[in-house]
Amino acid sequence: MQGSVFYNLIFAALVCVACAVVVSSSAVALRERQAVNRTLDMQRNVLVAAGLAAPGEALEAGEIEARFAPIRQVVIDRETGAAADVDPAGFDPRAAAADPGASRPAPPNDAGLQRVADRALVYELRGEAGELDLVVLPVHGLGLWGILYGFVALDADLQTIRGLTYYEHKETPGLGGEVDNPRWKGLWNGRKAFGPGGAPVIEVIKGAAGPPADDPHRVDGLAGATMTSRGVTNMLRFWLAGQGFGPYLETLRARRDG
Amino acid sequence: MAKTRDALLDPLFNNNPIALQVLGICSALAVTTRMDTALVMSAAVVVVTMSSNFFVSALRNHIPTSIRIIVQLTIIASLVIVVDQVLKAYLFELSKQLTVFVGLIITNCIIMGRAEAYAMQNPPGMSLIDGLGNGLGYGAVLMLTAFVRELLGSGTLFGAAVLPLAAEAGWYTPNGLMVLSPAAFFIIGFLIWALRSWKRDQVEAE
Repeated sequence: MQGSVFYNLIFAALVCVACAVVVSSSAVALRERQAVNRTLDMQRNVLVAAGLAAPGEALEAGEIEARFAPIRQVVIDRETGAAADVDPAGFDPRAAAADPGASRPAPPNDAGLQRVADRALVYELRGEAGELDLVVLPVHGLGLWGILYGFVALDADLQTIRGLTYYEHKETPGLGGEVDNPRWKGLWNGRKAFGPGGAPVIEVIKGAAGPPADDPHRVDGLAGATMTSRGVTNMLRFWLAGQGFGPYLETLRARRDG
Repeated sequence: MAKTRDALLDPLFNNNPIALQVLGICSALAVTTRMDTALVMSAAVVVVTMSSNFFVSALRNHIPTSIRIIVQLTIIASLVIVVDQVLKAYLFELSKQLTVFVGLIITNCIIMGRAEAYAMQNPPGMSLIDGLGNGLGYGAVLMLTAFVRELLGSGTLFGAAVLPLAAEAGWYTPNGLMVLSPAAFFIIGFLIWALRSWKRDQVEAE
């Protein structure tokens, strides 16, 4: 019996079925927990960008949800800047950027982007009277090794940066990976994103920049990571300009100024 | 008893999978910039070598010789996927940093090597212990490498500051080489040198 082709086939089939059952049941059993983790991770990063949580602060799931509760998620149409009639809970920005029906080829850019989604998920924090307190925008662009994904938070004046954080990147640990360094992240608070002409001029420079009050448009470079620093500059300039979130920021300004 | 002890302790120093057999180097380079990732990776490999050894051994008298490698690989791959799923569910932050390297445990030669060389000839109990020993041997080298790399490269251990950094008003300037992959080569090279100077019989014949 053993050694015959028939036995081999039966044995292989049984092993495959047994392994498939184990793999699929573990995937199904843990799916919900993994989805919760992903959501919490995203919320936590929005909080960090907004300055509502310290980078690296250990937060329980309940605490993250409590701090995130006042933040409203809105799916916007990037071209018009208006809110789109889409449920934020079901909106996947990455899937949208890859879907030919929901994205378009990116305009020429330095951020290494090939396609950009027509819609985007943004986060608004509003006060009791409905006035804007801050807005968190998703940004991504090419660094040295790959795309960095993160959030930038703008103050109610839609000019002052509150914070910048990356939740996914492939930069070299210790060099470009220092985008995760809390000290470097702290340098962003108070910088001005736009120049007098209204175009984004924020820049990560080589070397050290002054304090935000004297040197509002520049941020210290990451030592040994010129390409990552440039990538950060390029992606912010892309996303904050007209072809990025320009129309949306314009809508917010118009609404604020009545 | 002596045999059990040998199966467990031999892979730590006398027959270390990384230091003597020079297997599993790829992941040893990738996940040793920090001790917490190295620890999780070591634990994952221990679990996988133990259970793959156990299951392969339990089936050893039934596995047809002509398809044994692919059967072993199927078992190993399934176990790795399960471990990866568990990490994503319970240790999300660390699994994010380990990225593809948990999945790549499938291709770690240590696991396949132990299944083929040991579990196919020995009973499940001993195979389990052999898996534990080899996993720990791998883990020991990983932790040592990560200790040196994190301490000298970032001035921290398990993320806690140990050497105050010059950039934060301390005195230590991190060694940038340590956070890059070649550093792991150097450290593992020095480890092999040290081990073979201590245990002369590991030196290969010219």
